[in-house]
Amino acid sequence: MTPADVVFLFLGAVTLGSAVLVVTTRQLVHAALWLVVTFGALAASYLLLTAEFVAWVQVLIYVGAVVVLLLFGIMLTRAPIGRSEGLDSANRPVAIAVAAATAALLVTVVVAGFREAYVELGDPPAGTSGQMGASIFRTWVLPFEVLSLLLLAALIGAIVLSRREIQPPGESSDERPTERPTGPGRG
Amino acid sequence: MNLYVPIAVLALIAFGFAMFSLVASTLAGPKRFNRAKSEAYECGIEPTPQPVGGGRFPVKYYLTAMLFIVFDIEIIFLYPWAVTFDALGIFGLVEMVLFIVAVLVAYLYVWRRGGLEWE
Amino acid sequence: MTTSLLAAPPATPLAAGEAPTLEAFGLDPWWLILAKAVLIFVFLMLMVLFEIWFERRFMARMQNRLGPNRVGPLGLLQPIADGLKLPLKEDLVPRGVDRPVFILAPALATMPAFLAFAIIPFGPTVSVFGHQTPLQLADLPVAVLFVLAMSSLGVYGIVLGGWASASPYSLLGGLRSSAQVISYEIGMGLSFVAVFLFAGSLSTSEIVASQERIWYAVVLFPSFVIYAITMVGEVNRIPFDLPEGEGELVGGFHTEYSSLKFGMFMLAEYVNMTTVSALAVTLFLGGWRAPWPISLVDGANAGWWPVLWFMIKLLLTISFFIWLRATLPRVRYDQLMKLGWKVLIPGALAWIMVVATIRVLRNEGISTQQVFFAVAIVLGIYIVASYLWDAVRGNRRDAEEQEATAAERAGAGDSTGGDPMAGGYPVPPLDAPHYHGRNSTSKEVNRA
Repeated sequence: MTPADVVFLFLGAVTLGSAVLVVTTRQLVHAALWLVVTFGALAASYLLLTAEFVAWVQVLIYVGAVVVLLLFGIMLTRAPIGRSEGLDSANRPVAIAVAAATAALLVTVVVAGFREAYVELGDPPAGTSGQMGASIFRTWVLPFEVLSLLLLAALIGAIVLSRREIQPPGESSDERPTERPTGPGRG
Repeated sequence: MNLYVPIAVLALIAFGFAMFSLVASTLAGPKRFNRAKSEAYECGIEPTPQPVGGGRFPVKYYLTAMLFIVFDIEIIFLYPWAVTFDALGIFGLVEMVLFIVAVLVAYLYVWRRGGLEWE
Repeated sequence: MTTSLLAAPPATPLAAGEAPTLEAFGLDPWWLILAKAVLIFVFLMLMVLFEIWFERRFMARMQNRLGPNRVGPLGLLQPIADGLKLPLKEDLVPRGVDRPVFILAPALATMPAFLAFAIIPFGPTVSVFGHQTPLQLADLPVAVLFVLAMSSLGVYGIVLGGWASASPYSLLGGLRSSAQVISYEIGMGLSFVAVFLFAGSLSTSEIVASQERIWYAVVLFPSFVIYAITMVGEVNRIPFDLPEGEGELVGGFHTEYSSLKFGMFMLAEYVNMTTVSALAVTLFLGGWRAPWPISLVDGANAGWWPVLWFMIKLLLTISFFIWLRATLPRVRYDQLMKLGWKVLIPGALAWIMVVATIRVLRNEGISTQQVFFAVAIVLGIYIVASYLWDAVRGNRRDAEEQEATAAERAGAGDSTGGDPMAGGYPVPPLDAPHYHGRNSTSKEVNRA
């Protein structure tokens, strides 16, 4: 075991521990904060694997944006200070079973896929922005373009969720609002 | 990894300073209990009772955070693109124009639906 | 001069041992790392003290006052006196707050602020006790991304401090402030892209090295303007200091904080101001390189001199912040969001596309004249088209508006106000006709 292995195991433990706390804590906002710890530990793992760019993207997007969105969501509805009742559902055994099965599947895949393989992390590191750019924009062009459609769908979804009161006239509010025939982007 | 050692050292110093300040602020100051002092500040009037369930806020903030995620993702793709731009040539430009146009459609949709209006 | 720079990477090799590149980092012995880290920390603390003094004195001069001049020569010790006063005040923790988060929030605001400064270059490679070392604590292949990540972590201090205080002012201030910071972070992130296009790197030392011939503030002036606006919004300074709009929100997210906890929020704000200024200097104003006439002197960019140029540029940028504060009134929240989302972000994207197009054409070997000719034609078509579009659309809109006003007059009654209790609080209708005059109200009707 090299020192890097030890740190990696430690980060794994932190990730797992904080993830368990996310689902067990009785305080909504604290759950979001434990999620920050989980994402942060994941980012540190990426950093350890010399995937620098991915690590900081993890911080920027997941810690800096996704959890902030979650916090906003919590605060917009109600974010009572202190314990919230009803955070636990009756489906606990099912949830545990599903989580265990997912974990087992992932572990099996990784173990079966890599077995004893031990990758030396080369020098210079392979995770800089330059290399990322080359591989995204040369090899993985199609997924990149498809992603833009995903973002489009996400924003339309957000509008549908949040701006129900603004919709074309003549529709009752319990119907799904549809886009106007002349979309603004094409007009 | 060597590149991160100095940052870790600075992080330790900053952490030490933050902890020191937090402890110092509880130890150094006087403590004189007063019921009114521990109420939330509302310009001297009796604090308004909080609405049941914590109150609600405009959903605009949620929409802003969502827009933020989308544009953040766009930014993190623009960075590696900019760095490798000279090697990619015209092909790189076309790829990014397609991507930006798709995001722009979403952006204009949000604009049109009033998602960018604040009263 | 500008146009020749639009070509592919500058071919001139850098003088050996002068401008450090990424390879120069990660080689320092432990004592040098420690010394640099401590120096950065001390530097930032001193800068905060200096900024507080400088801000008060400089602004006082602008307003025909003297400013603090009693404590120490020229009032120089005033910020130290203020700093010492803070911990001697009672540290209030109001009833009903979420204690752990309430205490954690100031620390979360302060730590990322210090960290972001780690990648700012102060100067070229110098010799310290026989060690060749760059005057910069650390550099990363993704240095600027690191700064952005740190500033997005700083949002937590604001949003959590506001929430944990259990006070309406704090919560509103925290939400507003974080929405503002994330909105302006987008514009800021986009303003960097053109710089990376030219520098071909995210590493700060290499970006400084690539500005040897000309500053990016000159070549990429629109990017610089966008950055200058967003950096003010990002650190919540006037005219974008809505989170602390005293008239409406008392202290904003830190209303309930006192003693050193309040001090930490203030400290984070001033450290952030230093950081964004230093970033402006590094990315756009040539970093530690000497300004133009001086740069012709031999040795102006070698040894310890560059620290002086860096400091001068940094102080000028900070003076810019103070100048703004003394000059401009606070904007309204809707104006702030409108500027961020409807002007800065589309503007930044359009500018990136223009720069990328020109650059790719240059790289393909098309001459500058041809490029500008093509750009002129495209611009001309755009202007004519948008003029025609406006003319056609404007007529139609006028007609629609008249119809709408007529319909309204016919007694449609209250179509915009809605349920006053809709938001959970009793809110008076925010868009009553007398706020705007009749026209804009009818536009709202149209849109809905």
